[in-house]
Amino acid sequence: MAKPLLEFTDRGIYCEQGRFYIDPWKPVDDAVITHAHADHAYVGHKRYLAHHLSKEVLYYRLGEISLQTVEYGETVMKNGVEICLFPAGHVIGSAQIRISYKGEVWVVSGDYKTQEDGVSTPFEPVACQHFISECTFGMPVYQWKEQAQIFNDINSWWYSNQQQGLLTVISGYSLGKAQRILQNLDLSIGPVFTHGVIENTNEALRRNGVVLNPTTRITADTPKDEVRKGIILAPPSAIGTPWIRKFAPFSFGYCSGWMALRGAKRRRAADRGFVLSDHADWDGLMSAIDATGCEKVYLTHGYTASFTRYLNEIGFDAREVHTLYGEEEEEETHPNLPNNTPSKSPPKGETLTENGKPSDRQVSPLGEDLGGVK
Amino acid sequence: MKAFAQLFLYLDETNKTNEKVRRLKEYFNSVPDDDKMHMLALFTDRRPKRPINSTLVRTWAVEVSNIPAWLFEESYHVVGDLAETMSLLMPENTSGSNKTLTQWVAEINEIGTRNEEERKLWLTEAWAMLDKQERFVFNKILTGSFRVGVSQNLVIKALAEVTGIEAPTLTHRIMGSWMPETYSYEQLIQAQGAADDISRPYPFFLAYPIQETSEKRKAAADLEDALGEPQEWQAEWKWDGIRAQMIKRNGKIFIWSRGEDLSTEKFPELHPFLNDLPDGTVLDGEILSFSNGLPMPFNVLQTRIGRKNLSKKILQESPVAVIAYDCLEYGGEDIRTKTQAERRVLLEQLQAGTEYPEIFRISELIKFDTWEELEKVREQSRAMIAEGIMLKRKKATYQVGRRRGDWWKWKIDPLSIDAVMIYAQKGHGRRADLYTDYTFAVWDGDKLVPFAKAYSGLTDQEINKVDYFVKRNTLEKFGPVRTVKPELVFEIGFEGINKSTRHKSGIALRFPRILRWRHDKKKEEADTLETLKALLDPISPSPDEEA
Repeated sequence: MAKPLLEFTDRGIYCEQGRFYIDPWKPVDDAVITHAHADHAYVGHKRYLAHHLSKEVLYYRLGEISLQTVEYGETVMKNGVEICLFPAGHVIGSAQIRISYKGEVWVVSGDYKTQEDGVSTPFEPVACQHFISECTFGMPVYQWKEQAQIFNDINSWWYSNQQQGLLTVISGYSLGKAQRILQNLDLSIGPVFTHGVIENTNEALRRNGVVLNPTTRITADTPKDEVRKGIILAPPSAIGTPWIRKFAPFSFGYCSGWMALRGAKRRRAADRGFVLSDHADWDGLMSAIDATGCEKVYLTHGYTASFTRYLNEIGFDAREVHTLYGEEEEEETHPNLPNNTPSKSPPKGETLTENGKPSDRQVSPLGEDLGGVK
Repeated sequence: MKAFAQLFLYLDETNKTNEKVRRLKEYFNSVPDDDKMHMLALFTDRRPKRPINSTLVRTWAVEVSNIPAWLFEESYHVVGDLAETMSLLMPENTSGSNKTLTQWVAEINEIGTRNEEERKLWLTEAWAMLDKQERFVFNKILTGSFRVGVSQNLVIKALAEVTGIEAPTLTHRIMGSWMPETYSYEQLIQAQGAADDISRPYPFFLAYPIQETSEKRKAAADLEDALGEPQEWQAEWKWDGIRAQMIKRNGKIFIWSRGEDLSTEKFPELHPFLNDLPDGTVLDGEILSFSNGLPMPFNVLQTRIGRKNLSKKILQESPVAVIAYDCLEYGGEDIRTKTQAERRVLLEQLQAGTEYPEIFRISELIKFDTWEELEKVREQSRAMIAEGIMLKRKKATYQVGRRRGDWWKWKIDPLSIDAVMIYAQKGHGRRADLYTDYTFAVWDGDKLVPFAKAYSGLTDQEINKVDYFVKRNTLEKFGPVRTVKPELVFEIGFEGINKSTRHKSGIALRFPRILRWRHDKKKEEADTLETLKALLDPISPSPDEEA
């Protein structure tokens, strides 16, 4: 039997025929990038190929790289292998990579969602024989509601906070969720103030020609009274830091697919948890896989074991593959990852807090436990 | 049900006390009185009996969800809560329901008498008419797992604000074995109605711990600073038994344990002395197993509590007696507002009058003049089969619940041992989908022998790190349990250790928990089974639990 067109190596997904990798996690010569999240777009490759809308974000996150960008549907040839990008609907500029050679067709979907978010180019099913899929939310307990309903809840929560004179802080990761929230907030309620990390990404996207709603970056000079009239859009990492505590009291809302479960919600201890994800839910994964008409499915990250077993039971030929995806981008992956041991330093110019890390658990001073006794 | 489901959601969504109280008040002010009582019952652990066993509920839930049974089980491990899993997996409801909480609970109570077919029909119809949140709360009630992230104190606080009745009074009135079907809201808020129940216990006064960590011990000087003159305090041993309140009223006796369980029948040895007490007497104390006039370790009593029927053998092997330390009602009068010293005098009088001094014992006061002296006495706790020392301010009234200030427990340091984590399992509730439940092992030659499970003691951050480790270092999976590469070493603390025939290691620990993560130790440096066994209480008997 001939060697398959793509193989799973310890550097990433590799096409030997075309001599390039897709989303490799170790330095390689040629890397095709599905999207700009840190667990898919690593530093250190010689040449990058990605979607046009990922350009400025990649420069911002990875610095000076040699980058070629293409539109969706545009074909690039590498050593006789055809590479073509299709929208993945995950975040702005995210792509599924279709790779074909002599009639053999593979699609690497990267991260994706089938629901339209009004910001990213909507997901398009791509016919193939081999489909490489994520399954971050590959359990039937994950079923998303219509986006309109979620934003209805978010906007009425913001409005009601405002009526009570309470500041609203909403959190979502800086590339993708933040813009999705921004574009769906009801700006007749008030203005949007952004944490620097999110604003840096917004600026990169605007340089890329993406039109986003107006935002104001919070700096040391921003009057607090002004901020209190609006809403703060902050990344999850900013929560609990001195930076955000300056704005107390506020009501804190957190947007993530993980908020679908009570346990995760209680761990997060947000005032409100909104079930809003940039990944496909159970039905989304099923329909996406089904629509490819593929012969084989490879599951890269998420609930791979159960999901693979289920797919096999209903007649797909599925298997788990080991990758490093789903491990780094803050909170879009499983919330249990240790968040205080980043395996990669944040991009240049991103300072998460002013005074450093959140404080350690305090040790009670001697005699303190005797409390109210005088 | 809508209002109740909504309340549950609100309470779930906020961690601000004021907000919770506001929502509780809103609920009390908006629902009919019988719903208020049903809510109170559910919020104080008075759940309806489970009408359908959970295997059947699961089976029908799998059918309704239209997924394979194994996937349902896996989903359950991810969610960590059966009621929630079922509500998430079922299709959206097709109709709605306006039944109240009271109506639903009545149906749950009634359906238990029907045959299987009728139960199934009722349940699947119920599921189809409740929305996700209602269904979740309904499932919680149905499966007898109803719990809420709100303390009883908070519910009482809200109710106190709504009714204008003081919180301690309300706490007292919702004690005992009332049912929402027979105890009305009107009775609750009218003093007369609440006094009708002669079995009603008083809320227990609980001591606050004088906390110590392995880094910091409380020295005598600290106690002096915090507590003042030793003369203002009375000290007793902290007995390791079952906290109990014993009531004699109108010729009837009642024994309540701390979990508010009426357990009169579990302790027949106590009946003669209780029957002998004057009417209108309530005692507070500790029930322990005794042998030759000496208290026995808690595990002896524990094996007895678990039994449905008390055999002659058990009564002979672990006869119980009570060590009384307080008197709450004397001559039919509630004397909780008298001082500790005054109540002690009355208690001593009662005890002096008993014909059963072997059964009705009194907690001896420890004589001490200085805190240094008491600190030395405390070192003997383990030899006394005590957990440490209780400090009670002589002027203290008998208060409601856990209060800082007048009652302190000064426990001895736990025993501890360094062990290797070998198995991990996902937790429940807010620890769902996280590996938080661990099994620990010590060395027996070159083998690691499991000896304890522990769930608590790590910070959330540490739990995340262990979870991360477990997911990447799994050797084998047995259902929900993962065998983990032996590598991480933890210091395990426990209150006591006894022989056990039930465990591979031959020992059983009392209250094992994680004291700290020993990053500094390699697995080879963990302790051995021999070290562990050396800690065995020399007088510890070996109950044959399998017999």
